[in-house]
Amino acid sequence: MNLRITTQIARTHLMAKKRQTLVAMLGVTFGIAMFITMISFMQGVNQFLEDSALDASPHVRMYNEVNTQRPALIEQLNPGDSAFNVIYHQKPKEQLSRLKNGLLIARRIEKEPGVLGVSPQLSTQVFYNNGPIQISGTVAGVDIERENRLYNLKSRLKSGTLNALRSNPNGLIMGSVLARKLNVRAGDKVSVTTPTGGTMILRVVGTFSFGIGTVDNTKSYANLSTVQEILQKDASYVTDIHIKMFDPLLAIPLGKKLRAIYGYYTEDWATANSAILAGEKIRNVMTFVVSMTLLVVAGFGIYNIMNMNVINKIKDIAILKATGFEGKDIVMIFLFQAIFIGLLGGLMGLLIGFILSYLLSITPFNAGDFLSIKTFPVIFDSKYYVMGILFGLITTVLAGYFPSRKAAKVDPVSILRG
Amino acid sequence: MEKVLKASHFNKYFSEPDRFQVLKDVSFEVNKGEFLAIVGKSGCGKSTLLYLLSTMDTDYEGSLEINGQKLTGKSQDYLSKFRNEHLGFVFQFHFLLPEFTTLQNVMLPALKLGKYSEKEVEHRAYEKLKMIGMADHAKKLSSKLSGGQQQRVAIARALINDPTIVMGDEPTGNLDRTNTGIVFDIFREIARENHQTIIAVTHDPDFAAGSDRVIEMSDGMIISSHEN
Repeated sequence: MNLRITTQIARTHLMAKKRQTLVAMLGVTFGIAMFITMISFMQGVNQFLEDSALDASPHVRMYNEVNTQRPALIEQLNPGDSAFNVIYHQKPKEQLSRLKNGLLIARRIEKEPGVLGVSPQLSTQVFYNNGPIQISGTVAGVDIERENRLYNLKSRLKSGTLNALRSNPNGLIMGSVLARKLNVRAGDKVSVTTPTGGTMILRVVGTFSFGIGTVDNTKSYANLSTVQEILQKDASYVTDIHIKMFDPLLAIPLGKKLRAIYGYYTEDWATANSAILAGEKIRNVMTFVVSMTLLVVAGFGIYNIMNMNVINKIKDIAILKATGFEGKDIVMIFLFQAIFIGLLGGLMGLLIGFILSYLLSITPFNAGDFLSIKTFPVIFDSKYYVMGILFGLITTVLAGYFPSRKAAKVDPVSILRG
Repeated sequence: MEKVLKASHFNKYFSEPDRFQVLKDVSFEVNKGEFLAIVGKSGCGKSTLLYLLSTMDTDYEGSLEINGQKLTGKSQDYLSKFRNEHLGFVFQFHFLLPEFTTLQNVMLPALKLGKYSEKEVEHRAYEKLKMIGMADHAKKLSSKLSGGQQQRVAIARALINDPTIVMGDEPTGNLDRTNTGIVFDIFREIARENHQTIIAVTHDPDFAAGSDRVIEMSDGMIISSHEN
């Protein structure tokens, strides 16, 4: 096999039909450019959603799952299908959602390896009243210093300071959207009513925004002691322990371990955000399906053009075979053309894909109050570009191989005899 | 006289549309340096015979020997290499590669053979073109040449690897009288000067008359063989 001469013939063929070569190349270029753009964008969206969800939620949350359903006494005494027990209107058993020794547990978890921070808190549903406006939401009583360590609250403040909350026992740091709806800003007072009937006037000392609608719309932070006071609970009453890890993946085994040690229900981020993770999987599948379709279409384009090429060149193939070129030389001639088209088209596709994703990444995107982004999220990762060029090459080699093999099987006698 | 080609008991069938015997027990030998013309009416099987001799058509009964080598039953790749080195072809419709220059067309089989460096091949190709009087057109695209010129370039290409046998399928069939004369003279010269063997299928009585020996075929059989 003589590569030099076969590549020379392939090159001459390509150069002789510049327009046809270009059209074949554009097919690959378009396919790969779209692949790059789509995957960069989709992965950007995934990353963004994951980040925003993980930022605002703990890696592990420990809480006491209140189970108010209980079998009736008579059913415990006289069980079975044959029994005839009739009970109407059974009252649920009173149960506290507190974590016993919550503060002590929190201090112990802090000593576990890989734990970034632990924040014990008391969370309750409330009504916010400001004059005629009534909005339901939640208040989390926290040690603001610890909470800041977990969620980097300082950087999320829109107004006020964290210190203001510490120095003001009746302070409240409120979600920015909630504050806007209530028409309050830092310094204003708002009335907070709990489901058990406790009411307290609190002063808004700051506003924050996580960029997530469900948080910014409803949540406020207050001092732990303040919330305990509204709920008329003792100073050790906490309902939740939030834990952040250095490595989110370690959260899942830690959650299981803590559950075994303390007997309280733990929920890790992967379970809590399973909707987001499922969405991510679906988007990944979609991206690959669409990209593959584009590449397959481009592949068929190349297949067509190479097929036409072989038919057009059938006399040349016959003469090459007559003068001593072997089947594999002919395969190389046409395969080289396909590879050239795939490689150059692919490289052009990478460039255009990069430009498109760059343009997308600077396109203003107004997501409203729900998401804190100004432009479309796009990830630039060389991995996708390597994948793109590999896919492009594989498709073109496959699309080029079959016509080439057909070319190699041309029977010179039938062509030359005319 | 040294024999360069031995064809013995060739039988060939076409199966489409009906099974039909094209060649019937054809046997003959060709001497080195001989200029052989095969003549006969259309459909007598003379082209079929030539393509069997060319080793391109391997679907036959009988045995073929060229240069003392038995070629019947060899693989396609082996035959390709053999053709490249030992056989040259000139066809009725010239069949140059249109995207290549005259010089490149002539060089291709030699580059494939890989016996000489590219520089030497180019030099040899120029010599062949000079011999056929086409050296001035070396850098032209072959598609820009006239039919007669293309046929002369095709001869130069057939000669580039100094083949033992040059085969022609109606090499002058498509040419006017002047070009026919030129092509004939080139064939005559290479047979006489280089002692290369020429086997040409032709319709042209003048062309046949100028050859060393004429084999006449009819209905797939050799009916006469006479020396001029």
